[in-house]
Amino acid sequence: MDYFLSEEQKMIVDLCKKIAQEKIKPVRQHYDEIEEFPWPIVEEMAKTDLFRIYIPEEYGGLGGSIFNLCLAVEELSKVDGAIALCLAGTALGTFPILLFGTEEQKKKYLPDIAAGKRLTAFALTEPQAGSDATAIKTTAIKEADTYRLNGTKCFITNAGEAEIYTVIALTSPGRGVRGLSAFIVEKDTPGFTFGKKEKKLGIRASPTRELIFQDCRIPKENLLGKEGQGFIVALKTLYVSRPGVAAQAVGIAQGALDEAINYARQRVQFGQAIIHFQAIQHLLADLATQVEAARALVYSTARMIDADPEKRVTKESAMSKLFASETAMKVTTEAVQIFGGYGYMQEYPVEKMMRDAKITQIYEGTNQIQRNEIALALIKESASK
Amino acid sequence: MNIYILEEKCIGCGLCLKVCIYNALTLRERPEHPKKYKLAIIDLNKCTFCAACVEECKKYSAIVLEKEAISCQPSAISLYKGVWVYAEQRHNEIAPVVYELLAEGKKLAQKLNVSLSAILLGDKISHFAQELIFHGANKVYLVEDTILKNFLDEPYSEVLAQIINEEKPEIILFGATNIGRSFASRVAAKTNTGLTADCTGLDVDLETRNLLQTRPAFGGNIMATILTPNHRPQMATVRHKVFPKAERDTTLKGEIIKKNVNLSNLIVRTQFIEFVKDITSKVNLAEADIIVSGGRGLGKPEGFKLIEELAQVIGGAVGASRAAVDAEWIPYSHQVGQTGRTVAPKLYIACGISGAIQHLVGMSGAKCVVAVNKDPEAPIMKIADFALQGDLYEIIPALIKELKK
Amino acid sequence: MNIIICIKQVPATTNVQIDSETGRLKREGVESIINPFDEYALEEGLRLKEKFAGKVIVLSMGPPQAETALRECIARGADESILLSDKNFAGADTLATAYTLAQAIKKINPGGGSSTPYDLIICGKQAIDGDTAQVGPGIAEKLNIPHICYVRKIEEIKDGMLRVERLMEDGYDILEMKLPALITVVKEINIPRLPSLRGLLLAKKTKINLWNAEIINAEKDKIGMTGSPTTVKKIFTPPARKGGETISGSPEEIAQKTASRLKELKII
Repeated sequence: MDYFLSEEQKMIVDLCKKIAQEKIKPVRQHYDEIEEFPWPIVEEMAKTDLFRIYIPEEYGGLGGSIFNLCLAVEELSKVDGAIALCLAGTALGTFPILLFGTEEQKKKYLPDIAAGKRLTAFALTEPQAGSDATAIKTTAIKEADTYRLNGTKCFITNAGEAEIYTVIALTSPGRGVRGLSAFIVEKDTPGFTFGKKEKKLGIRASPTRELIFQDCRIPKENLLGKEGQGFIVALKTLYVSRPGVAAQAVGIAQGALDEAINYARQRVQFGQAIIHFQAIQHLLADLATQVEAARALVYSTARMIDADPEKRVTKESAMSKLFASETAMKVTTEAVQIFGGYGYMQEYPVEKMMRDAKITQIYEGTNQIQRNEIALALIKESASK
Repeated sequence: MNIYILEEKCIGCGLCLKVCIYNALTLRERPEHPKKYKLAIIDLNKCTFCAACVEECKKYSAIVLEKEAISCQPSAISLYKGVWVYAEQRHNEIAPVVYELLAEGKKLAQKLNVSLSAILLGDKISHFAQELIFHGANKVYLVEDTILKNFLDEPYSEVLAQIINEEKPEIILFGATNIGRSFASRVAAKTNTGLTADCTGLDVDLETRNLLQTRPAFGGNIMATILTPNHRPQMATVRHKVFPKAERDTTLKGEIIKKNVNLSNLIVRTQFIEFVKDITSKVNLAEADIIVSGGRGLGKPEGFKLIEELAQVIGGAVGASRAAVDAEWIPYSHQVGQTGRTVAPKLYIACGISGAIQHLVGMSGAKCVVAVNKDPEAPIMKIADFALQGDLYEIIPALIKELKK
Repeated sequence: MNIIICIKQVPATTNVQIDSETGRLKREGVESIINPFDEYALEEGLRLKEKFAGKVIVLSMGPPQAETALRECIARGADESILLSDKNFAGADTLATAYTLAQAIKKINPGGGSSTPYDLIICGKQAIDGDTAQVGPGIAEKLNIPHICYVRKIEEIKDGMLRVERLMEDGYDILEMKLPALITVVKEINIPRLPSLRGLLLAKKTKINLWNAEIINAEKDKIGMTGSPTTVKKIFTPPARKGGETISGSPEEIAQKTASRLKELKII
């Protein structure tokens, strides 16, 4: 489908396709196996300016378009959703600074992030606080010119490799979500260490670790927004980042679909290529239609955010992430099916795609939470009529 | 120079479109034509005047290429006589291609009724002169100087250009080796004459005494016959292992002519430091009669252990496809194909290589091709003399066992 | 350190396929690319610039559409680009091409000789359409500077001397050469970078210098087809290699049959 991309957007897509095909494809299986952070690829992304895409020009970026970021993430994810996450995860960690940072904070952090010199991560989840942010236990107690952080964050993407962390913690325990605040914490701050690295079903090239704060003192200038705004920071961050997850899902889905079509054209059974069987044809037709629908939804949402950053996109953002991730899971599962026994083998790429797809239904708000958000928005819309 | 379509002759068949690799030709509708024939149109911005379409359109002669009268003065062409072969030597060895050039040069010389000479440049290399005569040279021009001890483009080309100007040969053949291709290019530019690279076919037109130089282009997808009609000498580099070697005949007699070349004005700006032998490849790919190559289908770097074992058993060299080199399973020096080496062994065994066109052009000179591949549809299986279908990890060990018997 | 890179735009032969029925090149989808070997030349130039500072100037002779190849070089980091385009350049063989490029290089550097504002000219070892490998040495001769072909590594640049490794069939030579000089490079020398997004945006806006025969003071009888000693007499498609026998069976059977067939044919 023609989405009438601008010349610059076509450029981004072409370049990401090159990076994906020439740099990532030959090593994707390797990184999935060794479960290590793909630094050479990340350096390639930095050199080709991919980290600049979603950052405004005044901070060394290329304009700060969410849509352009989605295009990049989708293209990279067609080949490897895990490696694409190095970029998407950094964008997620940067959004709080972009949305709530002071001019000083932006000037201090964004140029290095744009250059790909420093990666970022976003830390909200805790062992007891997944979908339920009211259960957050990490505290940040103000003491003179510092905040003292104590607690543990878990399942943090890019943890250990990133140098800048945006962390949500309680400044006023007992006040529920209104007691939460957001902070910038730099790696190597005394009292800030990393816990165990998780072994995962998929996205294995992307590190997922614990952040441990033990009397970690950070300067009060590192507060993002105001005290008590932490929950808002988290929500607004997720509204703009979810299209990125959705784009990752669309990319994974498209990658699996392409593999499946190719395979179906080559695989001969009962004397003919299996693509000649209507059972396969109808299946591929359905999958292709769903991928296209998901893409259209994601692109529209991303364009909406770019057109008016102040506009509430809770519902659309949740819809994109919900629909695209469900599509990714469906398409990758069916792709494995089309590959038959070969699909189940690591020698072929689709089993990895299926493993990678699953996380898109879970992180940055499970799809159940997305449905809650959508339903809530429906009720609000109806009530205001 | 101009190229155009004769509208009355063009029938819009589109043959010319198919041979134009520059996309310079299109067809347009021609409702005004009584038979509604389409008309071919040439985009001069794209056309390189390669004349492929003219050749294709012979039947209708609808495409005309007008060449302007060449203004280079035929440089006293009739003064140039004789066929020369550059006797490349390195590390106290004559390059094997030289003996092939002597055999082919002899044929050309006989047709043209002239003598065949060898040019031998170096330091303390006079002992090769007799060997060149035994292989068919009527004369050997010998230049010895310490400055020529190792091959350097500048002094070598200066010396050869001087001898050319004095002796005026009509044809000079070089081996298309790394040295030959670099050296001949500089000599041709110095003497302002034509050079045709990497020839695989040579003949002469007796009427014009022109050398018909046939060579592959576009990675071997097309062949072109090139002439140097108005300049002498006509220079060509010739691919190794295309022509048979000259027989050694110790009864042959010839003349050794020591040339004194004035090198006093020569400024040598290049210096040879040392040669480092490649120890990873036991057998030189370019010289190998048997090559066993591995590709992406090996799946892992260890696969080359198997390839090496087969190569050892069969007495061959190890080659590789670009995919295997890019995956860093084996060094680049083993790469066969467009961006690697061109080889022409008697036997080429391709294991787990799909046979992309870039690979095929590098080994299409092989006399016999054996391909081992899971996929019967792989391009290499379609061109192989023996297509072995199956898992290479089963077939190769079996083959090794069989050959050891 | 100022470096001139000579590039050529070529049809992407990676996409050229032979029609199995007609045995001809399929012309559909043949796009134009930078000659792959020239990408290594550009990359080496960019690396030297990053190390020693200076400018990278890219030079190409070709039709107006070769501009896209030059823009791609800008996107990767080249500072300036010059396209030599003139109807009179058409049909040039390697000698006329070397002369034309050398004339342009003299124009970039009107001084000539040893006191040059350029230090090094880098070319790819050959173009994948013509495969001649002749233009690089030809340029060096026309400029009267030394050259070394098939460079696989630049070891050192010091005190106006360049130390390189020249790939040979059986290893490599280490050579030293006085600058200014010309080298042609092989694939082994580096891995070319991709363009950056900022580079691509810049390349879109950059002016490509267009030079014709007059600007470079080219003599008319030395350029284009007129200045080319060689002419193409005939172009034809080589007979396609035909397939032979398929040998199937158990691995042992396949091995046995293959070995005996090869022995029969006296290949082994």
